[in-house]
Amino acid sequence: MDLIWEGLRKALELLLTLDPEVLRITLLSLEVSGLATLISLVIGLGIAVPVALNEFPGKRLVIALLNTGMGLPPVVVGLFVTVLLWRNGPFGFLEILYTPAAMILAQAVIASPIIAGISLSALQHLPPGLRLQILALGASRPQMVWLLLKEARLPLLAAVMAGFGGVISEVGASIMVGGNIKGQTRVLTTATVMETSKGNFEVAFALSILLLVLAFTVNAVLTHLQQRNRPR
Amino acid sequence: MSRATVLEARNLQVHRGQVQVLDVPALDLRAGEVLALMGPNGAGKSTLMLALAGLLPLSRGSLRFKGAELGSRPEREAYRRRMTMVFQDPLLFDTTVAQNIAAGLKLRGIPAAVREPAVRAWAQRLGIGHLLGRPARQLSGGEAQRTALARAFALGPEILFLDEPFASLDAPAREGLLDDLGRILAETGSTAVLSTHDQAEAARLGHRLAVMRDGRVLQTGGLREVMNHPEDPFVAAFVGMETLLKGQVAASGEGLLTLRLGKGGDGHEVLAVGEARPGQTILVGIRPEHVALSLQTDKSSSARNAFPGTVTKVVPRGPFFKVELDCGFFLAAYVTAQSLAELGLAPGGAIVASFKATAAHLIRREGLDSEV
Repeated sequence: MDLIWEGLRKALELLLTLDPEVLRITLLSLEVSGLATLISLVIGLGIAVPVALNEFPGKRLVIALLNTGMGLPPVVVGLFVTVLLWRNGPFGFLEILYTPAAMILAQAVIASPIIAGISLSALQHLPPGLRLQILALGASRPQMVWLLLKEARLPLLAAVMAGFGGVISEVGASIMVGGNIKGQTRVLTTATVMETSKGNFEVAFALSILLLVLAFTVNAVLTHLQQRNRPR
Repeated sequence: MSRATVLEARNLQVHRGQVQVLDVPALDLRAGEVLALMGPNGAGKSTLMLALAGLLPLSRGSLRFKGAELGSRPEREAYRRRMTMVFQDPLLFDTTVAQNIAAGLKLRGIPAAVREPAVRAWAQRLGIGHLLGRPARQLSGGEAQRTALARAFALGPEILFLDEPFASLDAPAREGLLDDLGRILAETGSTAVLSTHDQAEAARLGHRLAVMRDGRVLQTGGLREVMNHPEDPFVAAFVGMETLLKGQVAASGEGLLTLRLGKGGDGHEVLAVGEARPGQTILVGIRPEHVALSLQTDKSSSARNAFPGTVTKVVPRGPFFKVELDCGFFLAAYVTAQSLAELGLAPGGAIVASFKATAAHLIRREGLDSEV
């Protein structure tokens, strides 16, 4: 129990004194996972909308692949992104391995199928006639897509939350493609792993609490957005 | 009535997979008329309506709106802004009633200053003026469908498609909405297509009737014409012509036929209006509301057909009762609750059924044996 109390005390101290290293790690976590989630939202909707609105051969296969992708193991993503960005790899010339850009890329690969999968199911659960009703009201195709997304806004924000939750908490890919370099690619999860392995439990605790607070805050904001103007 | 044709459909065909689900060689919609599409579930009413609204890809065929062919995508998109459709499910957006009614106007980029008075006016006309601020999800079925209708009328559509708009409403809500919709359609002189499987709805709102089955239009015509002169046994049964009698023409002349009923008909003779040759096998239909019941033969009545019979069944039918009789052949009549009591109608009771020769409608002369 002492370990826990000590951890909480230390965490509070690090937070209250605004430890610059902790602050930097927290902000980088937010930046990397936030950007990765935004990119994933664009990619996810870019996949979900056409798949939901069109009938084509192999549609079920695409949906099955997306659903599989929702459970993509971060270490596998980390491995592939590392190999692709490796100095001699196909994208080695970009020279972004062990930078935040590589972490954003890896996290976007993890979150995109999550957001695409949940968004697709959200769009497929809208009333079947709604699309025709919107067209019958005179909507152009882009207007129709926009109105459908607006109608599905609740589950779509849930998709964003799931995507963000998936990447803010993942460690495997971040450590592999980022390298946990102090001051450059160290984020809350990778720092927690390192401090735990060094036996610095109180610091690890502090970082974990920060991670939870961060995840909670972001989700609280999104939940507020999701639930506002909701009658009932 | 020679009104301008608003919509001309020619050779419409729609396939779902390999199966043909719609085959309509020709259908016209005239300005200011309400065309009622009637048919059982799965007859293709919704498919035809979506096809006419340009919302369904056609396998073949063409649509002309006010004389202009709707071929290209921009032409169809422009057409979509001149018509609108109300579905069985109100399909409201998850916002307020006011925003729902404004939705179509907003899509057309009409400014709020113009939108708002229109929204208020149409909400008033449909009796939902007090609900403008209410979230659409909190509405009753009737209120939701009124909102969907206000959203449609606010657009001032040149054609209004109404796809079974009353089908999911309870009886009081349906009754109120039927009245209001009938009044508004008349006041606005709207051109509309209404699909329904209910002949009472079709009769109250429609000017012309098209009866469908299996993706085909079996008969199109004025409301009374189709109701009283169905061309085919299916149409006859569907428009409520409950009694169909088959037999051979025993005599004919001056527009009158004497029909000798066939097997099960005991050789009874029925006088009907129509043209057919003696010896021909024909089918005659009688609407239940045209059959009068009395306790004894009324000599003063102008009814040329009178048959004593026995009541076999009494079935409540909304405000009426349907009385099924055995007069040596099957006959159905509608009576009010009062008549039911006065005549003491109950299964087993004796009664005299009478109907005029003009109430016995000749349905079809050819190919009866395979159909009936």
